[in-house]
Amino acid sequence: MGALLIFIVIVIAAALFFVSVYNSLVRLRNQVKNAWSQIDVQLKRRHDLIPNLIETVKGYMNHERDTLENITKARSEAMSAGTVGEKAKAESALNGAMSKFFLVVENYPDLKANQNFLSLQEELSSTENKISFSRQAYNDQVLSYNNKVEMFPSSMIAGMFNFKHEEFFEIENKEEREVPKVKF
Amino acid sequence: MWELIRANKRKSFILFFSMGMVLLILGYIIGEMWFGQGGGSVGIFFAFIIWVILSIISYYSGSSILLSISNAKEVTKSVHPQLFNVVEEMTIASSLPKMPKIYIINEEAPNAFATGRNPENSAVAVTAGLLARMNRDELQGVIAHEMSHIANRDILFMTFAGIMLGSIVLISQVFLRSLWFTGGSSNRYKSSESGGGQGQMIMMIVAIVFAILSPIIAQLLYFAISRKREYLADANGARLTRYPEGLASALEKLSQNTSDLKSANKVTAGMYIVNPLKKKGMKLSDLTSTHPPISERVRILRTMNSGAGFLDYQQAYAAVKRKNEKIIPNSAIKAKEKVEIRKPSEGARQASAKKTKRDIGDLMMNLNNYLFITCVCGLKIKVPPDYKKNQIVCPRCGRKHAIPFNELKNIAAVAAAKNL
Repeated sequence: MGALLIFIVIVIAAALFFVSVYNSLVRLRNQVKNAWSQIDVQLKRRHDLIPNLIETVKGYMNHERDTLENITKARSEAMSAGTVGEKAKAESALNGAMSKFFLVVENYPDLKANQNFLSLQEELSSTENKISFSRQAYNDQVLSYNNKVEMFPSSMIAGMFNFKHEEFFEIENKEEREVPKVKF
Repeated sequence: MWELIRANKRKSFILFFSMGMVLLILGYIIGEMWFGQGGGSVGIFFAFIIWVILSIISYYSGSSILLSISNAKEVTKSVHPQLFNVVEEMTIASSLPKMPKIYIINEEAPNAFATGRNPENSAVAVTAGLLARMNRDELQGVIAHEMSHIANRDILFMTFAGIMLGSIVLISQVFLRSLWFTGGSSNRYKSSESGGGQGQMIMMIVAIVFAILSPIIAQLLYFAISRKREYLADANGARLTRYPEGLASALEKLSQNTSDLKSANKVTAGMYIVNPLKKKGMKLSDLTSTHPPISERVRILRTMNSGAGFLDYQQAYAAVKRKNEKIIPNSAIKAKEKVEIRKPSEGARQASAKKTKRDIGDLMMNLNNYLFITCVCGLKIKVPPDYKKNQIVCPRCGRKHAIPFNELKNIAAVAAAKNL
């Protein structure tokens, strides 16, 4: 009788442990997914802001057609990019075009005093920050998730239910690591 | 993050327990005084009831009470877009489920705090003076510090602890004042006639001494925990922004301030990023301060050269304080983590003192529903919400401007809706 009771207690404890580990793995994996989608949200937001920016600066920058056209082109390429690799490439091209643009802006004091432009500039620089912070949050989440997947005893349960290692979001080229600096 | 929350819960429990004991002992002694021998249990009962009621209130509306005591107003993005963006950035960085509500306090002294019962129902409040003085990186540091309080669940705990402290202060005040007005209750005279007068006297003295001491003891307990939380929030803030210098230079600016925050008091002082009452604050010792010395916090942040992670903060802390005290629980420090420090955002502007002053004024007027008209000559005219005439004359160049009454009405309507 006593032995049976002990056995039941052990089984229940094991089941509870199992459930809690499984749930925390699921929670961490969902957080990773959520963090990933956050990056997409911010990239899309930047795409949405660019037409406004072009509209605002057009009147001031008649001589800078090329710069503006480059941005528009890079934006539409970034928006139509399909795979992750393409996306990374297109976004870094867009980054390049944007930083060139903000260098040129320095030559237009009128534009720099324009209230509309200033608020767009704040929005854009904040979106850049949000992109890098969402990458950072994604990597933080991946780290906790991977630790859980690799470490004993949760690694056993992770193996059983096919919880896979997630990749970090690394930026390969140095240029893209530096988000374009928006000057105040 | 979870490890930090768990460690916090443990500490919170110990603190709660001690403060609760102070409250119950106070109740017992006062009960003995008021209701005579054996009245102690009645006193405990009443003290407990008062505490439960205040706790329930503080759980459901503590943050709104604190915000209204502090004269904080909820604002929309149009009032200060940068503040909104920075809060959003930090929400993303800390992976919080929802952005906290944003409040601005209409005061010149720079300071900030966070409150709420959980991350879903939280708020961040900053003063107008803070917004005008900080550049973007510094503001980010301050907000990251506050968001860490939210993510670590410090906010509910500090609200609860504040309310507990408040009830102890309340009960002891009621007791001491009742003595003042009645010169001692009738019960005591009756019992002294029936003998044991000396015992009663001693009891009376003990009661008075304890009634005076208990708020102080409770405050010391409250401060002790609050200090540790500040270090933890600094560490987390540096980690979130990947830029310890932002918070360091913000703290430095905050320490240069000499004016008190008018809307802060002893109970709410612990919530702020730096002690809002330092001028009146007793200089007795570290025991009586809600916050660790700012210079030390700055030094620790600036010692973090190798990275912005928890481990880096822990090492910097040990190097500055020269003792091996654990600020961050071991379980939260991941050996694998390598956190690089980012570069400052370019052109972190340093506004002149005069411009800062004007910015503060503008922000405060904006909060008080003033309408802004920019004149052709460059002057910004501020129209009070109750302005009645059709036009206003620019005081610099004499041009006349029509008052856009619709806008003025809109602003008033929005303000009225907010005050409901």
